[in-house]
Amino acid sequence: MTQWIDVCSVDDLQPDSGVCALIDGRQIAVFYMSQDQAIYAIDNFDPFGKANVLSRGLIGDLGGEPMVASPLYKQHFNLKTGVCFEDESIKVETYAIRTENGRVEIATVS
Amino acid sequence: MNTKQKLVVIGNGMVGQNFLQSLAESGIKDQYEVITFCEEPRPAYDRVHLSAFFSGKSADDLSLVPEGFFENNNITIHMGDRAIDIDKENQLVFSEKGLTVSYDKLVLATGSYPFVPPVPGHDRENCLVYRTIEDLEAITAAAKNSKIGVVVGGGLLGLEAANALKDLGLETHVVEFAPRLMAVQLDAGGGAMLKKKIEDLGVSVHTSKNTTNIGDGDNCFHKMTFADGEELETDIVLFSAGIRPRDDIARNSGLDIGPRGGIVIDNQCKTSDKNIYAIGECALWDGRIFGLVAPGYTMARTVVADLADNDASFTGADMSTKLKLLGVDVASIGDAHARTPGAMVYTYQDGAAEVYKRLVVSEDKKLLLGAVLVGDAAGYSTLLQYCLNGIELPENPDSLILPSRSDESVGLGPDALPMSAQICSCYDVSKGDVCEAIEKGCTTVPALKDETQASTGCGGCAPLLKSVLDSELTKAGIEVNTDICEHFPHTRQDIYNLVMVEEIKTFNELLDKHGTGRGCEVCRQAVGSILASYWNEYVLKKEHLSLQDTNDTFLANMQKDGTYSVVPRVTGGELSPDMLIASGQVAKKYGLYTKITGGQRIDLFGARVDQLPGIWSELIDAGFESGHAYGKSLRTVKSCVGSTWCRYGIDDSVGLAVELENRYKGLRAPHKIKMAVSGCTRECAEAQGKDIGVIATEGGWNLYVCGNGGMKPRHADLFATDLDKDTLIKYIDRVLIFYVRTADRLQRTSVWMENMEGGLDYLKSVVIDDKLGICNELEKQMQYVIDTYQCEWKTTIEDESKLKRFRHFVNSDQTDENIVFVEERGQIRPANEEEREQLKLTEEA
Repeated sequence: MTQWIDVCSVDDLQPDSGVCALIDGRQIAVFYMSQDQAIYAIDNFDPFGKANVLSRGLIGDLGGEPMVASPLYKQHFNLKTGVCFEDESIKVETYAIRTENGRVEIATVS
Repeated sequence: MNTKQKLVVIGNGMVGQNFLQSLAESGIKDQYEVITFCEEPRPAYDRVHLSAFFSGKSADDLSLVPEGFFENNNITIHMGDRAIDIDKENQLVFSEKGLTVSYDKLVLATGSYPFVPPVPGHDRENCLVYRTIEDLEAITAAAKNSKIGVVVGGGLLGLEAANALKDLGLETHVVEFAPRLMAVQLDAGGGAMLKKKIEDLGVSVHTSKNTTNIGDGDNCFHKMTFADGEELETDIVLFSAGIRPRDDIARNSGLDIGPRGGIVIDNQCKTSDKNIYAIGECALWDGRIFGLVAPGYTMARTVVADLADNDASFTGADMSTKLKLLGVDVASIGDAHARTPGAMVYTYQDGAAEVYKRLVVSEDKKLLLGAVLVGDAAGYSTLLQYCLNGIELPENPDSLILPSRSDESVGLGPDALPMSAQICSCYDVSKGDVCEAIEKGCTTVPALKDETQASTGCGGCAPLLKSVLDSELTKAGIEVNTDICEHFPHTRQDIYNLVMVEEIKTFNELLDKHGTGRGCEVCRQAVGSILASYWNEYVLKKEHLSLQDTNDTFLANMQKDGTYSVVPRVTGGELSPDMLIASGQVAKKYGLYTKITGGQRIDLFGARVDQLPGIWSELIDAGFESGHAYGKSLRTVKSCVGSTWCRYGIDDSVGLAVELENRYKGLRAPHKIKMAVSGCTRECAEAQGKDIGVIATEGGWNLYVCGNGGMKPRHADLFATDLDKDTLIKYIDRVLIFYVRTADRLQRTSVWMENMEGGLDYLKSVVIDDKLGICNELEKQMQYVIDTYQCEWKTTIEDESKLKRFRHFVNSDQTDENIVFVEERGQIRPANEEEREQLKLTEEA
């Protein structure tokens, strides 16, 4: 069953940038693309650099697809699918995310 | 059994070395055991650019021998040993140190020696020549106690030598026997114009002067007396009155020698003995000695081909030259003196602009036979191609030298050149070779240089090379995409100009007006840097935050495990004991790994993002400010201890370093900028490896620009000498802002300089002569950046809302459990994967 977990206030998000949330012991990077009013949630762990840093990457788009660039070695990850642009065999987890009454919520499946 | 033939090469100068390299690259290199004699204490170096020695290049910089060349190619070199005799019958070479070496084939590349006229007193102390690095060292030493220097000889080399004396700060004279300068290359009109221009530069020129005696001076070391009774006092006499072939070894062994010297060779460069070749300036072909390096290289290639039984012959060489003498452009092509029967001459002279041009054409006005250019040699490449390729001249040949009053171009497009046209004469690179390299994917000038060697000799063909490249790319329909990324159809320079002209202050405004999509890490950072350079606003302002890479966002340097390092500013490397103790205390309290950086400051590693504000508030309390180690901005100004303490110091390098660092701290640029100040020419601060380097001299400060260490080291270029502090700072202001405005993203000053059309001379013309009329503006912008400086950490600590970001989690105060340290040599370091596994197991157990 899908359960929505409260993360933070919408005001805690950084426009066109990321923050990291701790949900059930998992580190999840949350990004806010201001022009699209879109928010995305993916794993914070960088599978290349092996460190919890993706939330601190720069975001934008590549060919129209929203992406984050790892701050360590600059690989790009699709914010919608988690797939790495440079190596499609590498994928980070993505999470359902929404805003409710000014709060950001992430879905966990239990 | 050794089946290899023995090949002995006498002389390891430019041509000797070129021969060895051509041989090593050829298919026959394994057929020969190669032995070479080099009389100088070092292997071949670039004599063409010898004067660069006075603008800071070292003997190593001038070396032409790639590292490990002799070892890798199994060449035995007898360094510092001179071959003194040849026994042709028994095929033996004898050396000064007593070696006897047998040969199957022998190549003489003994070069030439400077001719010193047998004037009484020519062998006095401080009567010197200009040929080897040892000569230059002797000149430098003599100049230390001298005020006046005279060069005897107003030819090409003489004027080079005059430039050297001038660079050494001497009052410089040139004495020439002929009625004009560069008598071989220039006609009377060209020589007169050159004389006027050189005199304007402060060098006195005395023509038609026959030196008859050199004796003791009254006020100077020497007094020179001339045939016309006049006298000239000087401290140094530098003979540069032409060269003579070094043919003594050939002469003694009975080879044919020309009536006025030179080892006689045929079209295969063979001497009168079929096993002995001679190449370069020692060789006499068709009664002529070729005193340029390019014909020597052609001879070297001819011999390699002949040894390989390939058809090749040396049939003379084009002696056209273009060079800058004392800053004056001079060029001479082909039959400059119109000696061809029936030749016609066109002359153009602009007295005001001090430009002289002369064309020599065939009787039917269809072919260019020769040309002389003084003061403006821009047309050299075009004229040379007309001359060498026999391209038919336009109907009015004088249009080639008359100033163009309209936009219509009279130049010869690269398209008009045949594929066989020689683009680079130093390395014999044809247009065909260049086109082939372009097809292979070399689409930039540096790539072409690497691939073909074109333009890596004297560099004179660089503009032609570029125009061939541009034309070929256009023809091939290859568009060189210089867009910064998919979101902006512009270069970094374009974006900078848009920001300036339209006064754009945010990324989103720029994206709305000139871009598409949502941006990416490339354009965001580039625009962030441009906005910071131009407006110098706080980088963590809400509208700029999303443009900063993680280092700038957290004002610290991310390391491999996601922790950060902290570098407070230590201006000029000067740190009081109290500050040193304070930084130690902070490091101790937060358990940070501590290391001294190459830029004379202290780096504190292993800080979690949530610890940064605490660390910085303590550092700021102790008097530190941000070191901008995280930014593409000014890093450090390194210094030696300078005249304050050092026995050898000439000036206060630390004081100047502190002043420069405080002036430029916080300046955002396309890439990081490093500077250094040395208090004397011992150069302990290594300023010549920095973007901006300053060295104290007796006469003031010498400014060096665009050096680099790192992956591709580049020796900085000497930009200006003996500056007072105000002028120095003015020049640095201008160079830096010009760099900030015009460089590509992430382009260090060294690469910026390498790619700049016109190179150092162009940069000088912009910064010193204000050719573009922008110096005022450049200085104003720098002043604005200085006036709006802030310590970003101080601003951040004082703003509660900014500190919110310095937490690992937005919804928890926990820290990142993935960050694990172990201890090594008494300090922390990130645990490796194996250690992490073990720690996990221990915890679980």
